[in-house]
Amino acid sequence: MGEVRSEMAESKKVIVKVKRQASPRDASRWEEFALPWRASMNVIICLRDIAENPVTREGKQTTPVSYDSNCLEEVCGSCAMLINGKARMACSALVDQLGQPIRIEPLSKFPVVRDLTVDRQFMFESLKRVKAWIPIDGTYNLGEGPRIAPEVQEKAYPLSRCITCGNCLEVCPQVNEHNNFMGAAIFSQVRLFNMHPTGAMHAKERIQAVMGHGGIEDCANAQNCVKACPKEIPLTESLAEINRQAWKQALFGWLVG
Amino acid sequence: MREPKIIIVGGGLAGLMATIRVAEAGVPVELFSIVPVKRSHSVCAQGGINAAKNQKGEGDTTQKHFDDTIYGGDFLANQPLVKRMCEAAPGIIDLLDRMGVMFNRTPEGLLDYRRFGGTLYHRTAFAGATTGQQLLYALDEQARRHESEGRVAKREGWTFLSAVIDETGVGRGICAMDLRSMEVKTFPADAVIFCTGGIGAIFGRSTNSVVCTGSAQSALFQQGVDYANGEFIQVHPTAIPGEDKLRLMSESARGEGGRVWVPRNPADKRAAKSIPEAERFYFLEEWYPKYGNLVPRDIATRAIHRIVYQEKLGIGGQAAVYLDVTHIPRETLDRKLEGILEIYEKFLGVDPREEPMKVFPAMHYTMGGLWVNGEDQATNVPGVYAAGECEYQYHGANRLGANSLVSCIFGGGIAGPAAVKYARGLEKGAEAVDASVFGREQKRQEEMNQTLISQQGSENPITIWRELGEVMTEHVTVTRINKNLERAKVKLKDLQVRYRKINLSDRTRWSNQTLNFARELGNMLILARVITVGALCRNESRGAHYKPEFPERDDSNWLKTTRAKWVNDEIQLTYEPVDISQIPPRSRRYDAAK
Repeated sequence: MGEVRSEMAESKKVIVKVKRQASPRDASRWEEFALPWRASMNVIICLRDIAENPVTREGKQTTPVSYDSNCLEEVCGSCAMLINGKARMACSALVDQLGQPIRIEPLSKFPVVRDLTVDRQFMFESLKRVKAWIPIDGTYNLGEGPRIAPEVQEKAYPLSRCITCGNCLEVCPQVNEHNNFMGAAIFSQVRLFNMHPTGAMHAKERIQAVMGHGGIEDCANAQNCVKACPKEIPLTESLAEINRQAWKQALFGWLVG
Repeated sequence: MREPKIIIVGGGLAGLMATIRVAEAGVPVELFSIVPVKRSHSVCAQGGINAAKNQKGEGDTTQKHFDDTIYGGDFLANQPLVKRMCEAAPGIIDLLDRMGVMFNRTPEGLLDYRRFGGTLYHRTAFAGATTGQQLLYALDEQARRHESEGRVAKREGWTFLSAVIDETGVGRGICAMDLRSMEVKTFPADAVIFCTGGIGAIFGRSTNSVVCTGSAQSALFQQGVDYANGEFIQVHPTAIPGEDKLRLMSESARGEGGRVWVPRNPADKRAAKSIPEAERFYFLEEWYPKYGNLVPRDIATRAIHRIVYQEKLGIGGQAAVYLDVTHIPRETLDRKLEGILEIYEKFLGVDPREEPMKVFPAMHYTMGGLWVNGEDQATNVPGVYAAGECEYQYHGANRLGANSLVSCIFGGGIAGPAAVKYARGLEKGAEAVDASVFGREQKRQEEMNQTLISQQGSENPITIWRELGEVMTEHVTVTRINKNLERAKVKLKDLQVRYRKINLSDRTRWSNQTLNFARELGNMLILARVITVGALCRNESRGAHYKPEFPERDDSNWLKTTRAKWVNDEIQLTYEPVDISQIPPRSRRYDAAK
């Protein structure tokens, strides 16, 4: 009896469909794999299984799937992809909680490099555009930083946990080929730096950078971003706050100089 | 005056700190990283960063931090630079604070500090339980600022293959591969700083990220950069087992009052919370009354192994013990530990605020690494520097929790200016080196790729990697027995023979991760041998290196640094004395105060 059961457990399969694309110039196609099920499998383990034995369900030899991953604990932001149509991190996508066949695709709002690997450089360029940093005078010893009230820290800390995964851009209708909308993550970073006592000294520059093409006024308030964020960052609050700061600067900026 | 050029390989904490310092000196930096630097493994550090700011009025001093670090490292670290690090630590915290790191605060608006392993003081500044992420981001932001102002050029998505070393033995740049186009290219530089992090992948599964393979260190070793104290591997006591990764449960859980225990009766079938206090065995508190749950990691790890393997007291007969934070108020847990509790909840579907966590030790950190001098992070090859986890300098035979972040930032912070000084002092820079030196190295690397891509072999690289991880984890981690180490050594040789017959399942020339992994695997196999041979030879027990056949520390024979060299394609071990000029060695025990 015990033997029969273990045999059944062994023969249990996980069916995975992966959208493949050999390079940016090639067309995409789907491949299906049947992998041996194990307890606490995630999508990364599925992709590793395929890499070790790259043979499709029909028995055709193929290549390992190209994908980005690093920390495998949802803090580096690498392994964002579409899993059963949803933008999420592959490491925390547990197989037993997913409907089968599991459909895995690259994020659609970023250029595909190969298979599930996409180029998210746009986000890092946006961080440059909005000056997402505290402009310190230098790394030499200048004593302690400004005091910060615990309430302020508790509001700022969740914003500083953004992993630049791109899921909020993926689900945003305003991020499309006709628009350069920077996406919720970037505005939330502007809010973070504008909250910091030193960062606030340069808030205007950042707000200036979020006005205009691809800036805050392109937000259409679909509110998909906040639901897609793996770190549960209050992105819609950030968008509202930056919108308010931008309006204030647009209306009264010339008054206060 | 000629304008020098510096290359930095690796964009974690050490690499970014070095980058910022070089850029500040007005020297152009080219920063290479496999992943976008914001995704480096430093993000995984959780609990905090040490500095004796004495902000709780306990009488803590940098001298006590220094003493704890040396004592925790079982007297194997060279002392002068460790002293300098501990003295610099409060200034490092100030700097990070000025950069905007959202450290937890006291009601007065000052930084809050918590306790960590191997000390009796509240010395650890923290940002929730994602301190490494917050620190990395702060440095990433500063580096991005320098990048936008034109002082830093990033090459993300490139992997380091080898150093370019001229016929006089001087480092003149690097050879790297673009992970998209698979193009192999050389880059001249007057000095190169390596900040290439950990080596977890050599042990198969660990708490490390995917990129922590030690491949760069191994490649450098095979080019003549010495490797020191390789046998000292830290196994963290508390991680969540997983098939893809062993996910860390930070020491900060215990720093905030978390307790480790097992049911006194291993057959106890009750849910953890319904087991009464009297029927729980808080073995760390019982065995180490002074430090309790906050003994250093090597001690806690061996205690858990003893509970599971000798006393047979693992939960339900399994290799697991409880890490319990359920008695701590939910509000405190969410404010101070949310990041790690969220990981447990997401990956196991159990709320650790309600149910004690089940944990087991996991390979976590290498104390050993590239040999550097005791002054300025220079390796034995001129023009080649190293900082961060990839070098061996600061942690002796066992690293204390929350000391890694400070050693990365301190090491990177001195490597940067040292490389600038060296580069400015050169009579002839990389531009004067004959093009054939670069051409030769590029050709050598291209040929290695070509061989791997074209050969028709019978061996699967992932299978070899799995076997490597199994043998290293079984024989070269917590308990080391010479006959098993001998066996491991033979197995590693065998794997190396099989490696020569590997067959790539992807022979394309675009974004070929299989080829890149095969290159890394070849390097991992060599570094694994350095670790194993070092462990085999060291017949004593010191810090994380524990041999039941030689259970005591043996200062008369083994108070020395292992320094591995690559001679005629073989590993040769040499030894050099440890600088103990500041604190004379004394016996290390944590059941009583020092």
